[in-house]
Amino acid sequence: MDVRRRNNVSIAGPVDGPVVVLAHGFGCDQNMWRLVVPALAQQYRVVTFDYVGSGGSDLSAWSHERYSSLEGYASDVVEVCEELDLKRAVFVGHSVSAMIGVLAARAAPERIGALVMVAPSPRYINDDGYRGGFSAQDIDELLASLESNYLGWSATMAPVIMGNPQRPELGQELTNSFCATDPDIARVFARTTFLSDSREDVRTVSVPTLVLECAQDAIAPRGVGAYVHAAIPGSRLVTLDATGHCPQLSAPEATAEAIVDFLRSLT
Amino acid sequence: MCRANEESEPSGAEHEVGTDAAFTALLEDSAEELYESAPCGYLSTLMDGTIAKINATLLDWLGLQRAAVVGCMRFADLLTVGGKLYHETHFAPLLRMQGELRGIALEMKTADGGRLPVLVSSMVKHGSEGEPLLIRTTLFDASDRRAYEEELLRRRQEAEQARAEAERARTEAEEARRQAETGRTRLADALAVLQQSLVPAFLPAVPGLETAVYYHAASAEHLGGDFYDLFPVDGKRWAFFLGDVCGKGPQAAALTSLTRYTLRTAALHDPEPATALTTLNAVLHERYAAGGDPRYCTCIFGIVEPTAETGHATVRLASGGHPPALVLRADGHADFLPTPGGLLVGILPTAPFVTTETILAPGETMLLYTDGLTEARTGPTRDHLYGDDALHAFATTHAPATPQQAITALTGLLESFGDGLDDDTALLALGAPTTHHTRTDPAMNPPR
Repeated sequence: MDVRRRNNVSIAGPVDGPVVVLAHGFGCDQNMWRLVVPALAQQYRVVTFDYVGSGGSDLSAWSHERYSSLEGYASDVVEVCEELDLKRAVFVGHSVSAMIGVLAARAAPERIGALVMVAPSPRYINDDGYRGGFSAQDIDELLASLESNYLGWSATMAPVIMGNPQRPELGQELTNSFCATDPDIARVFARTTFLSDSREDVRTVSVPTLVLECAQDAIAPRGVGAYVHAAIPGSRLVTLDATGHCPQLSAPEATAEAIVDFLRSLT
Repeated sequence: MCRANEESEPSGAEHEVGTDAAFTALLEDSAEELYESAPCGYLSTLMDGTIAKINATLLDWLGLQRAAVVGCMRFADLLTVGGKLYHETHFAPLLRMQGELRGIALEMKTADGGRLPVLVSSMVKHGSEGEPLLIRTTLFDASDRRAYEEELLRRRQEAEQARAEAERARTEAEEARRQAETGRTRLADALAVLQQSLVPAFLPAVPGLETAVYYHAASAEHLGGDFYDLFPVDGKRWAFFLGDVCGKGPQAAALTSLTRYTLRTAALHDPEPATALTTLNAVLHERYAAGGDPRYCTCIFGIVEPTAETGHATVRLASGGHPPALVLRADGHADFLPTPGGLLVGILPTAPFVTTETILAPGETMLLYTDGLTEARTGPTRDHLYGDDALHAFATTHAPATPQQAITALTGLLESFGDGLDDDTALLALGAPTTHHTRTDPAMNPPR
């Protein structure tokens, strides 16, 4: 098995720099990190990859069974770390990847030495005394929407993702719809993501952790970040003055700065 | 009409006045008016999604008041939860990375609780430094299109489901067929083994005697009721028998088995043909008729004694209700060996069996057969059967013949019956070799 090819692994930055692994969440792929990679790669060895089923990964390696649980995605992380023989790397996980990082760090403690959770949520559905931001009905509606292909439809019928004439540097390599995942695979990822409950898992985190939340996040509302922060003793919580669920895109400089601050604090 | 063509078109003055009026009206349709009342929704937001501008068409579609929207709501707030999640995980990131997105299918919430399917295109406006300033979005009502897509999707799912069900049914049928095939193979194997227990796999070599045999099974799936055997009685004599039990299938097989082993045992005890058949009669009668289940067989049982010195073979046989043996003489004619009066074996508590004798000279062959041969149909109905006379004529034509020649000729005859051969048929031929020596006894070979 060629893990580098399977997970479309990319590496940037100095060979001898401390290693930072950037993991994308449900939705697009490692391109989500492209605005913060240059800043991080000045001092750090930056590893990005696509989970199997996303972006430029080897779709033939995808199986319903493995990728129907977050453990399957965590196995991808551990296998990438093993392939690159990483030692106590810093794992930066966006959205659901923050929880995947928790599982990976537990499975391979010698590989992952610290966690950065970007817009994390251990549980999307409101529960007794817990506010995840969505009702079970909301998630059912999302899943039903995805099941009936409402949302993936146009992406499937006619990939609409175009190059950007104003910013040719983002041009050609982006044109082939890196967010247009196979709808069947996307459904499984969505179901796994939004029905997961990692609240017990976050309590097991024992490595230095940065929780990075956005001031306005429709998916991981304020309060969820505080919940994760409280669940992990010694963790640091930083609230970015950013809107949306993807601060690495909407506020890349601030995001990179917060990550670098944390990385420096580790040494 | 294009105004550039006005000069070249000498149409009426009233028409020209009407056209001008139409253009004037169009010119008075201000940009503002176009924006507000366009046949599509317009929306402009700040980079964080806050709605800065929205046109009347979209407000009307959604049933919202401008004051409640502008500066108060984000674009994502107008979407259903599913749409919002899609917006956050796909739409917004793509727009950030690419600056433009076209034709994304989303659903919006309307004030009355309804849903409005839309196709959304967005473009980021950049400042002079290339910094993103705001997002311009157009929205088209896609209700009809969505309904059509849903219909397509529903049909596809139905087709997929039907295909899956057909596949499942096919798999099940295949499995059932495979099991049936396995069962059939197992049964056929068992039947073949059983059938082999009813007739010997091959005949023993008899010094001073040539033999040949043929068995035609009418059906591979039903055990036949014909049987034969050839075995040594003592140093000089050999016993043989050939017969036909009533019926077919497992019961007939059991009867055949009982008959065969009774005759073998009886022959060792007392090889006199009539005595062996009498013993068989007693055994079958006790086993079947006495219990109210009369079953019987027809059978010829005999003893053959080849004589090395003369090359002759002496045959002594008895028959119980069986078609007479036929001898192909060396001089070219054929004789039946009648045994009149012999009864079916097993019907009566005691039955008379008639014994006869003949001597096979070198080159002469005796044929035993079951009625599958003589009762083969030669016409469309059972009114046309092959019969004893035809067999006699056939034998006469082929005489003289060695046992193998006789069996080969008869096999060809049986094949010529085609569908007319609808019963099991057993053929056993014993003959005195033309040159009287035996292969099994090299000492008897004449000098070369």
